[in-house]
Amino acid sequence: MTTIRTLTRPEVRTPSTTKKWPIVMGFLAPALLLYFVFVLWPIIQAMHYSVYHWNGLEPLTDFVGFNNFTKAFGDPVFRSALYHNFIILGLSLALQLPFALFLAVMLDQNLKGRALMRMLFFAPYVLSEVVTAVVWRQIFRPSGAIDAVISGVSSHDFQGLWLANPKIVLYSLFFVITWKYFGFHMMIMLAGLQQIPDELQEAAAIDGASSWQAFRCITLPLLAPAIRVSVFLSMIGSIQLFDVVWVLTGGGPINASNTMATYMYDWGFERHHIGYANAVSVIVFGLSLLVALAYQRWALRRDVEGSLTAMGA
Amino acid sequence: MVDDVVDLATRPTQLPGSGRRFEIRSAVARGFLYLVALVVLATIILPVLYVILGGFRSTPQLASDPLGLPHPWLFSNYRAVLGLGSFWRQVWNSTLIAMITVGLVLPAASLAAFVLSRFRFKAREGIYTLFTFGLLFPVTVAILPLFIVVRQLHLINSPLGVALPQAAFALPLSIIILRPFFASIPGDFEEAAMLDGAGPLRFYWSILLPLSRPVMATITVLTIVTSWNAFLLPLVVLNKSVQHTLPLGVTNFSSQYTTDTAKVLAFTALSMIPALLFYVIAERQIVKGLAGGAIKG
Repeated sequence: MTTIRTLTRPEVRTPSTTKKWPIVMGFLAPALLLYFVFVLWPIIQAMHYSVYHWNGLEPLTDFVGFNNFTKAFGDPVFRSALYHNFIILGLSLALQLPFALFLAVMLDQNLKGRALMRMLFFAPYVLSEVVTAVVWRQIFRPSGAIDAVISGVSSHDFQGLWLANPKIVLYSLFFVITWKYFGFHMMIMLAGLQQIPDELQEAAAIDGASSWQAFRCITLPLLAPAIRVSVFLSMIGSIQLFDVVWVLTGGGPINASNTMATYMYDWGFERHHIGYANAVSVIVFGLSLLVALAYQRWALRRDVEGSLTAMGA
Repeated sequence: MVDDVVDLATRPTQLPGSGRRFEIRSAVARGFLYLVALVVLATIILPVLYVILGGFRSTPQLASDPLGLPHPWLFSNYRAVLGLGSFWRQVWNSTLIAMITVGLVLPAASLAAFVLSRFRFKAREGIYTLFTFGLLFPVTVAILPLFIVVRQLHLINSPLGVALPQAAFALPLSIIILRPFFASIPGDFEEAAMLDGAGPLRFYWSILLPLSRPVMATITVLTIVTSWNAFLLPLVVLNKSVQHTLPLGVTNFSSQYTTDTAKVLAFTALSMIPALLFYVIAERQIVKGLAGGAIKG
């Protein structure tokens, strides 16, 4: 929480202050330029395009105001995509993160092979979304590996339609997402666990606390910053989900696994309704911002010291 | 949020198991933990193993018994993929784009972080906040207007059309990791350098950068992994198949050869190797950097 305060200590004592500005600007220029052209400007442009009916090529003339937004919220396909994003988000918070926490606590124990486990649990995160999706598409295939396992166990021919059944596909997708990302959240929480001084637990033990009490009353509260980071990243990630979905299901069958991002891609790059697709981007962007602001309030209330983003990111 | 991230990224990691923390001691509970570990390990390893072994089988073998072992072992799938010019071109394209991205991120981020950590000026915190703002937005949200910008700059079908935006989107995390590290280098170094007549650029180049090798390595590794795995940006920017990167190649190959499952598995298995090898080599940097900060979750 102290980044700002520690930062103010060492300063360049420039003998002639007149020479400071050229240096500051010159050193900042490459990063600012890159950042402006490829991050800020596109986001500003997205807002601009979102109020036009535009195919991406003709001049921007057909101003439609907020029509694109009302059209999106009026489209059942978009609403279902939004709903899917929030299902994934809810499942991630309710299942994936507790699971990651459980594994982090487990790897914090004195278990044999802990280092190897940690390395392997994290490995899926390093595989690309594309490879992950292609691997699981093969495994979920009708009469593929999963079906064969279940058929073997239940000794009758089983076909799961893991990706083809609109009622199941979202949960298969969530499973794959968990497979890929739980190790990442586990690492965040493990890093948090290892920051907690042992003395506190020892003190609790001396005071007669059971190890469960010590965990609940000491470890868990002290782990809050790590958990908050995980929650935040998980929410942002769920809202902007694209790669895995696109390769695994393409949003199908019959839109049953569409997310806002695949919907946006479909309208923008396949149907060339660029104005409309930008409106969808702006909605995703707005939701992310909302999550970030909510996070800020939530985190700030807990850490009075928590500083920098009070300035309004 | 950023504070939490920085905190996690920069606090020293103590060696685990050095003291008494929340310890589970009962034999039954520990047995249960090993069981859970085993199940999770199997869930991670078996799919990968399925793909690798599947590459050594034939498609009819795979269809008749999805779970069987290769019998006989066929090397034709792997040989066919390794003989594809397109596979090697994709490996090369991915490597090239990752290298350009790193080449852009390292100087841009470190120069900016240098100024933002060791100079005092009015707009400093504002500019820093502006950069941290970028953490919220992975490429996905801005992909449409980004595509238009790249088109306006005539960078469609150019490696730079992917590398430049990637570098820009890598800046926030890199600057957030670098700034506290740079700030923690004692001012004495700087004074000494000044007395010897070195200017800020000289100090940055000859003292700051050499002292920052570990943290620069972390950023390099994170940038490479992100670039190597990127899908959406190359998908919209690189339309010509000669320009394709490995993730695009994998998707194309798997939709082109839907009937030849074995070959798809071989291609997928081979495309996993670079990332996994890289992970084995750079695990420490990846884990340290990401546990602290990677912003996609």
